[in-house]
Amino acid sequence: MSAPASGLAQIGKSVFIKGELSGSEDLYLDGQVEGSIALKGNSLTVGPNGQVKASVDAKGVVVQGKLEGNIQASDRVELRKSAVVTGDIATQRISIEEGAYLKGKVDIHRTDK
Amino acid sequence: MSPVAQTFMKLFRGSTGPETLPAQGSQKLTRRSSGLGELSRTWESAEALCILDLGSTSPTNIRHFTESGHRIYSEDLLTASTDPGLPTTDEQGNAVLDSRKFLADNLVYPAAHFDVVLCWNLPDYLHESLVKPVVGRLWSVLKPGGMLLAFFHTRDAGPDSPCHRYHIVGTDILEMQKIELRRELRRGAGDSFQLQRVFNNRHIENLFRDFASIKFFLARDNIREVLVVR
Repeated sequence: MSAPASGLAQIGKSVFIKGELSGSEDLYLDGQVEGSIALKGNSLTVGPNGQVKASVDAKGVVVQGKLEGNIQASDRVELRKSAVVTGDIATQRISIEEGAYLKGKVDIHRTDK
Repeated sequence: MSPVAQTFMKLFRGSTGPETLPAQGSQKLTRRSSGLGELSRTWESAEALCILDLGSTSPTNIRHFTESGHRIYSEDLLTASTDPGLPTTDEQGNAVLDSRKFLADNLVYPAAHFDVVLCWNLPDYLHESLVKPVVGRLWSVLKPGGMLLAFFHTRDAGPDSPCHRYHIVGTDILEMQKIELRRELRRGAGDSFQLQRVFNNRHIENLFRDFASIKFFLARDNIREVLVVR
């Protein structure tokens, strides 16, 4: 299980946030969030204790915990083996570990280079 | 057998059943699937299909379809049927699962949305009270002309046939992996889903009677593959 890198913005497992969450740096989220998360150009990691009920818009999204809501990632999405995701995923690249649970659509947007 | 079924039903012998070569890990086997082979021609010749996979989340299947430019929806209905809020009793006092609640939470899609539904072995392992309602919903979310692939055990398979998830590893090759229930979902002694019943051909035709056509593929591993067209 990957731990948050030092210097990374973190929301600990005892924190509960309701509303809009936005920022311009990478975020490690191990608590609860309800609402929406916008980290355009940056990455969101939902830790193993994380419980998110929110739409997510970020460059990259890594899920180890629970996420209920649609994910829009301009770069990539990673669902680790403990991930439980209910919602649609739109991204350029996706990786899903054996054991991850997904209920929703996967839509891969390809960019012509 | 209904006239419609007689008109459309065709029997094919082509599936060769499981090859005893274990794939990655001791619990994975591969089998050739004639139904999958026929379906593959659909997604290899069309672009941006809408595909619904009703098995356990399969990274292999998601990769298979997204790399081909299709949209895949993943929904694990067997796991969803273990929702502790579903058990109830019917008018006769029989223990059933609440199909209305189940369909309010699952398979919620617009009508005529999917080109292909991969049902796998779901009807064999799904609780009796959910089978017909689920097939009815699948009919409505399939496009006219859309196709559904399902597998049914024959009686010779025996009551302890393990529940597998299916990964698409070739045009007509599936990798089978035994599903092991997470500890919190286990009821009784079983560590997996139990075979609920064995459908015969007439049951299967009746189950899919609203569909336009049904085609059977007989395999040697006590599995009947069924490809139905809405």
